[in-house]
Amino acid sequence: MSNSHANAPANATGIGASVKRREDFRFLTGQGTYTDDINRPNQTHAYILRSPHAHARINGIDTAAALEAPGVVAIFTGKDIAADKVNGLPCGWLIHSKDGSPMVEPPHPPLVLDKVVHVGDQVAVIIAETCEQAKDAAELIMVDYDELPAVTTSPEALKDGAPLVHDQAAGNLCYDWHLGDKVATDAAFAKAAHVTKLDLINNRLVPNAMEPRAAIGEFDRATGDYTLWTTSQNPHVIRLLMGAFVLGIPEHKLRVIAPDVGGGFGSKIYHYAEEAIVTWASRKIGRPIKWVAERSESFVSDAHGRDHVTHAELALDADGKFLGLRVQTLANMGAYLSTFAPSIPTYLYATLLAGQYTTPAIYAEVKAVFTHTVPVDAYRGAGRPEACYLIERIVENAARELGIDKTELRRRNFIPPSAMPYDTPVALQYDCGLFEKNLDQALALIDYQGFPARKAEAKARGKLRGIGLASYIEACGIAPSNVAGALGARAGLYESGEVRFHPTGSVTVFTGSHSHGQSHETTFAQLVSDRFGIPIENVEIVHGDTSKVPFGMGTYGSRSLAVGGSAISKAMDKVVNKAKKIAAHMLEAAETDIVFEQGKFTVAGTDRSLTIGDVALSAYVPHNFPLDELEPGLDEQAFYDPKNFTYPNGTQIAEVEIDPETGVVRIEKFVAVDDFGRVINPMVVEGQVHGGIVQGIGQALMENCVYDPQTGQLLTG
Amino acid sequence: MPSVSLKVNGKSVTREVEGRTLLVQLLRDHLGLTGTHVGCDTSQCGACVVHVDGQSIKSCTMLAVQANGLEVTTIEGLAAADGTLHPMQAAFREHHGLQCGYCTPGMVMSAVDLAKSHEHLDEKTVREGLEGNICRCTGYHNIVKAVLAGAEAMRSQPAQAAAE
Repeated sequence: MSNSHANAPANATGIGASVKRREDFRFLTGQGTYTDDINRPNQTHAYILRSPHAHARINGIDTAAALEAPGVVAIFTGKDIAADKVNGLPCGWLIHSKDGSPMVEPPHPPLVLDKVVHVGDQVAVIIAETCEQAKDAAELIMVDYDELPAVTTSPEALKDGAPLVHDQAAGNLCYDWHLGDKVATDAAFAKAAHVTKLDLINNRLVPNAMEPRAAIGEFDRATGDYTLWTTSQNPHVIRLLMGAFVLGIPEHKLRVIAPDVGGGFGSKIYHYAEEAIVTWASRKIGRPIKWVAERSESFVSDAHGRDHVTHAELALDADGKFLGLRVQTLANMGAYLSTFAPSIPTYLYATLLAGQYTTPAIYAEVKAVFTHTVPVDAYRGAGRPEACYLIERIVENAARELGIDKTELRRRNFIPPSAMPYDTPVALQYDCGLFEKNLDQALALIDYQGFPARKAEAKARGKLRGIGLASYIEACGIAPSNVAGALGARAGLYESGEVRFHPTGSVTVFTGSHSHGQSHETTFAQLVSDRFGIPIENVEIVHGDTSKVPFGMGTYGSRSLAVGGSAISKAMDKVVNKAKKIAAHMLEAAETDIVFEQGKFTVAGTDRSLTIGDVALSAYVPHNFPLDELEPGLDEQAFYDPKNFTYPNGTQIAEVEIDPETGVVRIEKFVAVDDFGRVINPMVVEGQVHGGIVQGIGQALMENCVYDPQTGQLLTG
Repeated sequence: MPSVSLKVNGKSVTREVEGRTLLVQLLRDHLGLTGTHVGCDTSQCGACVVHVDGQSIKSCTMLAVQANGLEVTTIEGLAAADGTLHPMQAAFREHHGLQCGYCTPGMVMSAVDLAKSHEHLDEKTVREGLEGNICRCTGYHNIVKAVLAGAEAMRSQPAQAAAE
């Protein structure tokens, strides 16, 4: 169960109420509009011919027969891309190595020129009247490959003589980065009474959102405007990256629409080659082009997640207090740097290595490594689950080695509430956290005291019963922009919100956030209903279209409400401030005497009042309006750049039973105590927690992404 | 090209299709019924489940021509004409059994068939019965609740449930 009912609902559709979702009707009746549901007049279909090899030189591509195939409109290869001076896909975060040198950034062409570096690399695009015709024609393309040796794991890729993924990346090293105080950490280990060591693999995963990626590119010759419909978590980021860096299309001539998107989990943050290909090629052929991934294609073209190989050491004193943590991680980047890949095993991973504990000295070294595999980037939690997994595993091992109960060892080391705000040795400042209280609550919920009896009972039935817990902390809503910029981010990390009152009192909210399952249309409307005291039915949330919403950064890293919701909140403050001035004028009172509550502006101490709808009408029909002081209209915009992360934290406990005969694992009990702060919609939050827990269980028990180490073929999927 | 005639959501339609055209392609590309989704190319995900002569099938696994003369119900045909949700659809909303919505049409269509073909549904039967429908958002917890509640509602509101 999840413990997220901290606040009682103020009103039926306000903050804290489990409002049923407004997006559900269309999804339940088949009326959602996902990218593949959109068809443009005169549309063509693209199929991407992908490399069957992990590493090969291309001597030539013969498209003659394919060009003659029925329905084929055009075929383009890397030569055409290069001839048009289309650039490679940019990387959005620059990491510097220990020695100050910038990371190695190999080119990432939308279509390769003469070398493929992973199975699934883009070799050619075939555009035809139907998707089937494009696929048929692709089979007629003759690519002359010289296969080369491949390497798929980071430890192997770093070895002397390993096949090179990129000539410019010597030893396949992208960067060799570190964080923390090495001298202090060495000193901590020198005085340790006990050192626990752990070698750990955080396995590679395929994100697998249910909706495969898709993109439609369209060029309008009459206006010179491009439109891209794409399965994206952040359409403005795609417009910026593709427009400014890849295709050279100015932003006022490029519209990016991310309509209903069927899940993301990080994999739809990035700018992908197919987006640039269909947009660029739509102008070449003068017709719209649709591309839709098949699931098998998703496995070799969507950015993967995790893939860390780590050695860690924890130093403890005689009382079990943590003295120091040393971490060496190899992070597999895959064959190219995906959009935010370099930031994941660094600033979203090593910065979380304090976890919930007072460990005074931490030193982390991270090597990012190129391999002949699909690029790896943020996936469900991105770096932070990797940190949590490492910390909690090594704490568990330490408890076993020292014979201290796992909960007791944690208690001895938790950062107490009295120490907040707390500066960790790895660059974060936690603002709050009741770590021990969360643990206690979780232990009570799962009846930790009763576990030994349950274990004995299971043993009598021939089953192995175990209990495992993790006390986690996450840094969400990455910010502020200037700090992130100093650490290598090539983008801002604010969010935009616009709140537009209409003359008759209804409201349209434009947000730079994007919903692909998170329920913004409901929860953001709750914010507005709560603040303005208006029915939720009178609020519309608009997102996902760069021609409608102000420049925004989108949805990833658990930032939508903390950053995007705050931007809306700021815009609502501006609306109320202006409306108060208008109300004061209309009520012939001083602005300081006007009180705004439950949708009404009242002259304090009187019964004279106006609804916010009355004020909105006056703002657009400004007959009785302070025109000397104020502009008409009631439409405000805000950008919010947080001063710090938010730090959700808690304890989750799993109790499992293993059948030693069959190896089958059953999760008998699962408890989650999560401190998320103020919850807008408990139903939605619990749904998110359910999904997160099950994806975590998926990684722990069922999911893995495996490459054949010799051939570099993806065996999974 | 072969011609195929069938009833979709109560309406008779005839289309010329390629021999290799799948039922899901007929529905989505020829008839514009885009509520039926494609989430995989291996018949694993279940996003494309529709009813053919009252039974749930994965429409990516059946050729369009195989549906000749048959009756197909898609997610668009489940709610009443006035927009009143089928009890199973209403239960998914009530129990927050959907997030991104992509698996939802197939999930609901499978659930309706599951409810109809079992006198009594319990959690185990629902979980086993929905093994062919994958959801990545919800962790299934609320889907199971929704299906149990939806099946119960179908029994107590036979009129709406029969609207299909």
